[in-house]
Amino acid sequence: MLHTFVALVEDKTGLLSRVTSLFRRLNVNITSLTVGGTETAGVSRTTIVAEAAEDRAPRIMASLYKLEGVLEVDNVGRHSAVVRELALLKIAASQKTRSDLFQLAEVFRARIVDLAPESLMMEITGSASKIEGLVQILLEGNYRILEMARSGRMAMRRGHHTSRVLEALGDIPQRTEPTTLTGDPKHETLDLMAEEDQV
Amino acid sequence: MDNNGKTNLNPSEAAIYSQPTRLTGAETVWATMVGEGVRDVFGYPGGAILPVYDALRKFPIRHILVRHEQGAAHMADGYARASGRVGVAIATSGPGATNLVTGIATAMLDSIPMVCVTGQVSSKVLGTDAFQEIDITGITLPITKHNYLVNRTEDIAPALREAFRIAKSGRPGPVLVDITKDAQQNSAIFDFAAAAPAPYRPHPMLSADSVAIREALELLRTAKRPVILAGQGILHSRAMEQVRTLAERAQIPVACTLLGLTAFPASHPLNLGMMGMHGESWVNHAIQQADLLIACGMRFDDRVTGSLSTYAQNAKKIHIEIDPAEINKNVRVDVALVGDLKEILETMLPRMPKRDGAAWLRTISTMKGSAAVHDIQQLPDNGHLYAAHVINDIWRETGGEAIIVTDVGQHQMWEAQYYKHEQPRSLVTSGGLGTMGFALPAAIGAKVACPDKEVWVVAGDGGFQMTSAELSTIVQEQLKINIAIVNNGYLGMVRQWQEAFYEKNYECTPLISPDFVKLADAHGIRGAHVNRRAEVIPTVREARQHGKVFLIDFHVEQEDSVYPMIPPGAALHEMIRRPKPSPLVETATEI
Ligand SMILES: Cc1ncc(C[n+]2csc(CCOP(=O)(O)OP(=O)(O)O)c2C)c(N)n1
Ligand SMILES: [Mg+2]
Repeated sequence: MLHTFVALVEDKTGLLSRVTSLFRRLNVNITSLTVGGTETAGVSRTTIVAEAAEDRAPRIMASLYKLEGVLEVDNVGRHSAVVRELALLKIAASQKTRSDLFQLAEVFRARIVDLAPESLMMEITGSASKIEGLVQILLEGNYRILEMARSGRMAMRRGHHTSRVLEALGDIPQRTEPTTLTGDPKHETLDLMAEEDQV
Repeated sequence: MDNNGKTNLNPSEAAIYSQPTRLTGAETVWATMVGEGVRDVFGYPGGAILPVYDALRKFPIRHILVRHEQGAAHMADGYARASGRVGVAIATSGPGATNLVTGIATAMLDSIPMVCVTGQVSSKVLGTDAFQEIDITGITLPITKHNYLVNRTEDIAPALREAFRIAKSGRPGPVLVDITKDAQQNSAIFDFAAAAPAPYRPHPMLSADSVAIREALELLRTAKRPVILAGQGILHSRAMEQVRTLAERAQIPVACTLLGLTAFPASHPLNLGMMGMHGESWVNHAIQQADLLIACGMRFDDRVTGSLSTYAQNAKKIHIEIDPAEINKNVRVDVALVGDLKEILETMLPRMPKRDGAAWLRTISTMKGSAAVHDIQQLPDNGHLYAAHVINDIWRETGGEAIIVTDVGQHQMWEAQYYKHEQPRSLVTSGGLGTMGFALPAAIGAKVACPDKEVWVVAGDGGFQMTSAELSTIVQEQLKINIAIVNNGYLGMVRQWQEAFYEKNYECTPLISPDFVKLADAHGIRGAHVNRRAEVIPTVREARQHGKVFLIDFHVEQEDSVYPMIPPGAALHEMIRRPKPSPLVETATEI
């Protein structure tokens, strides 16, 4: 199954390679990885989506924590979270076909961010399935996607949670679950259109 | 005080620790180590580490010049294993650093606290493939607990101090600090106190709450056939007394891993001996028949479990372990107490119910009865010299009190079976990585760490030749070490597998060795050949009485094998037993 880990790490040379080297060592494939800033200076946030059997998550988290400079790890896939990805798509489009694409963009709440004589660029943010939905419709409509860039997923838990270690050891006797003050307790819906309204 | 790195350091003054002082990076390396309590280091110089060597004479540190940097790493490792203190190895950039790699990996797999310092090319040329530049922090990333590339003088003390903290805290391990030559040459203010690392942060997933402890106690209270699995974590946590109290109060027998062998005295009536691939049959049967396993500081390595699907199927498992990443890794456990073993046992012991373990102990002793090696000393001499007799005689002569440093192979397993260790940390052996060539250098480390202890090397003819150049180091450092080569003319352990699983196709396992006694002689080392059993004890005595290093080449039975043995993929109880009649087993019926 796909796991989504969020790790807060010190913003230091080499830390990212320690993180990725760990997944390589555990023989776990990373399907997407994003790194960027956080609310705290000197701390980067990485979101790692990885394919592994369900019961491997605790060990992956424990191993991440063993890396010097990894400050906090969360397995957000197990909680109600907002998961987003950004994609840029360059699509072949003449003046004639453009207007259809404009409509499509509107339906998907995508934006046209660049226009050239033979192509246009769409920016879409959403869940992976929403992006894949758009891609599928484009292909079915015989549009040519000239280029696509996907950011990889970013994830953030809904509501508040104490930033302590969460369900750290999987099925080992658990601490009480931190209270979620707001947000949908269910896992994130993959509903194409509805999700952005929840934000 | 000037810019070309010259300072007026007076080594006799402890002033550098009480007030910030300007030092070169090279001086900082040593000053930090002295401040961290380092007295001995093992190393080999070269261009990129020369500034550090140049500053050595100003500091009260003993430097042992090795003959190969792998030796330096194993020595630092042996030093740490024998003493519990952090071992230190030093090497130059490029080939010096890469030569450390096997030694670092050996320490990593066995969780040994060690700090390696390597020189690196100047920061100005980093990344240009300069002469002897190699990305050693990249190479050692997966085999160190942590590593640093330091290219500013002012970062040296903080990095080194943190390296020592990381090496010895939590689950210990090796840390490498790579320091560019210009960082060694430039100077900066040295402020030992200000360079102190942030306090140790325990792994956030440690958990041994009262609920889990209560569950563990309940399992202990109701168990009928419990077994304690004793691992090296007991030594790391210094929990020998607590484990012993647990065993005695609840009358629970103790099975040891290879690295846990010295965590529980061999002569203790509750000590069953070593478990696993070459463990004695009653030990493995006890584990397979147990209804409760209490794993203390061990990690259910494949060498001790046999096939996982058949491992201790009827047993509930309590795992007391400091590394959360070890929980449920190989064996699913029922209760995990994740934290420092000693602290956890101390919480549990006052609430530990007294148990009557007599019935279960009787069952085990019945299993043992028919299989036990009673005392192979009494067995008649059949004209052959067996490695087991050699080890057994060394044990007798040293009273089980010596530090034995083994290499890897059959002799290592015979040592584990026939040398009965009474003292913690008295067996130094490469378990996780199984590194041939470990024994001789690790013994040097052990002897430097424990000069008052008797130290023996037990090595095979194959492994000894991998690092035998360190004989010169022993001579140069005037160390009293006794060396026993168990010479069977084969890469014995591999030959044993060829015999058992490859139709005796002894491909590339017979090996020619030099005359080891002449080799010793070439180093100015006294030595002796031993071919007959009657010569073993007199020669061992001669070695022990000799004031200097002494080498004995024991020419043992060539095609002898280690039994019992669990074939790969088989269950723990599906052992290949000693063939009968065996010259090494005195069973009840044979008496
Ligand atoms: C560096 C290294 N290379 C290869 C091996 C594989 N290996 C394990 S035991 C062994 C044979 C050891 O022979 P020897 O040192 O003579 O000891 P014996 O088994 O004969 O007692 C070998 C080759 C190893 N453990 N380490
Ligand atoms: Mg041999």
